[in-house]
Amino acid sequence: MSLTRTAPRWRRREGLRALLWLSPWLTGFAVFFLYPLLATVYFSFHRYDLFTLEFIGLDNYRYLLRDPRALVAIQNTLWLVVFMVPVQLVFALGLAQLVTRLKAGAGFFRTVFYLPSLVPLVAGTVSFVFLLNPATGPLNQALRLIGVSGPDWFGDPAWSKPSLTLLGMWGIGNVMVIFLAALLDVPRHLYEAAEIDGAGAWRCFRSITLPLISPVLMFSAVTGVIYALQYFTQAMIAARVASGSTDSPGTTFVPGYPEMSTLTLPQWLFYAGFRDYSMGYACVLALLLFAASMAFTLVLLRRFRGLDEEGGLR
Amino acid sequence: MRGTRRRRALYWIATHALALALAAMFLGPLVFVGLTALMTDQQALTSQLWPHSWNWDNFAEVFERSPLLRWLGNTLLYAVLGTAAMLLSSIPVAYALARFRFPGRRVAFLLVITMMMLPPQVVAVPVYLIWARAGLTGTLWPLILPMLLGDAFSIFLLRQFLLTIPKEYVEAARVDGCSDLRTLLRVILPMARPAVAAVALFQFFYCWNDYYGPLLYASTNLDNWTLSLGLASFKALHSVQWNLTMAATLLVMAPVIIVFFLAQRVFIEGVTLTGVKG
Repeated sequence: MSLTRTAPRWRRREGLRALLWLSPWLTGFAVFFLYPLLATVYFSFHRYDLFTLEFIGLDNYRYLLRDPRALVAIQNTLWLVVFMVPVQLVFALGLAQLVTRLKAGAGFFRTVFYLPSLVPLVAGTVSFVFLLNPATGPLNQALRLIGVSGPDWFGDPAWSKPSLTLLGMWGIGNVMVIFLAALLDVPRHLYEAAEIDGAGAWRCFRSITLPLISPVLMFSAVTGVIYALQYFTQAMIAARVASGSTDSPGTTFVPGYPEMSTLTLPQWLFYAGFRDYSMGYACVLALLLFAASMAFTLVLLRRFRGLDEEGGLR
Repeated sequence: MRGTRRRRALYWIATHALALALAAMFLGPLVFVGLTALMTDQQALTSQLWPHSWNWDNFAEVFERSPLLRWLGNTLLYAVLGTAAMLLSSIPVAYALARFRFPGRRVAFLLVITMMMLPPQVVAVPVYLIWARAGLTGTLWPLILPMLLGDAFSIFLLRQFLLTIPKEYVEAARVDGCSDLRTLLRVILPMARPAVAAVALFQFFYCWNDYYGPLLYASTNLDNWTLSLGLASFKALHSVQWNLTMAATLLVMAPVIIVFFLAQRVFIEGVTLTGVKG
């Protein structure tokens, strides 16, 4: 009787021990996440510039609806989610598929496709602004050779986001590696069986590959969307380098060059909060970002909820 | 049968030709950056792609014209201390999440994922105010110190790996009278070395590459600039040509690429771990 009722002595205080081990992280969670999240809600109802704090009700929220830059920033961020992310994912999947088909040098190609994703974002973006610069950049020169006059890429509002997408495709290697691992996990005999049944390549892809790698695809799609929502560095650097401005204190720089076409929501938040010191309004933008990214995070959480108990370490 | 063999050969050629073309596109940018980095000022203004003369002095000039060494020092400070602090704090948390059974364990794990996924900008304003009140804005400490309280991405990745270790090891250690800490240090850590190496490398490169963090906290103080901040402003700040800008760019990229080739397996295995397990 007592054997089943009382847990072993070493296990009885497990909750307490866990609490002890987790306490640093719990502190971090409270100080750098929970409190700031609540404070963001609080500040969003106030005007705050680091010195004076004044309650203004919903004024910050009303201003959001009338702020033309915020609207442009939201549109640009949506553009990235709707166009850049799918293009990147399809490209990464295509690359991974290609690598699985290679009989010679698969390891070499995997390394080459992965390498650019390690290049520091700032260095990669500066390089692309150079490569795509209309006057002396190699890409437009190559295009000239085949009789096409290339666009002004990072200098043209219509082409700046596609330019950033090119940069994103160049750096998609880490997703390619994840897809590659998933593709290699698909049992070979399924394809062999399908081939005997006379299924074509497209049919095999749709009926075998896609269903089996869909969990990995879903994970990458959700993380891709969340990264697109926080898209900041590449857009900021491209605008800075293409327009020739610096990060130095005291300099003014309006982000989004050219013509606000690369202004994303996190950038506008940064400018509102830390350059204009309209911190209350920045908090409204932060809550908007929170709502959007939380919606996609919930998709992931649903997936992880069931998968908890399988592991080895009890 | 000859038909199928011919089709196979064509298929082989087509896939490999495509792969080669794509490989050229992936390496092309790096090659052009390298070539331009070696040109003279005048040539960098022209549309020629191949350097007339190979100006290796350009790299020395980058060091002369900009405080690159100071930026490097600051970046290393951030990356080394940040990584060390992250390991110190995140390994025990991941271990506890993987090992102990307690009420709220699932919630704790879901919170880790939430913190990992949510953009840092969401809580940026109040967190900035915390550091402003502490008088630490203008330095890199607001980026290093929080690492002492654990990093969600590293915790997630380590936990995923630790779950693959059979529980018999932990039980054997317990039978031998090992404390929790001793079990972690003597039994678990040696087995988790690949995962620890992966998160350490990822964290180091995250810090090395980080632009948003230093821009938020350190851009107002030129003494505390990192390589990212310096490189972002390099061309305009030092009013130089593309050749020197590309030389600086190459210098920032080089360490990352060298470390990658030294530790390629750690990277690929680590990346795979982020996407597949779960």
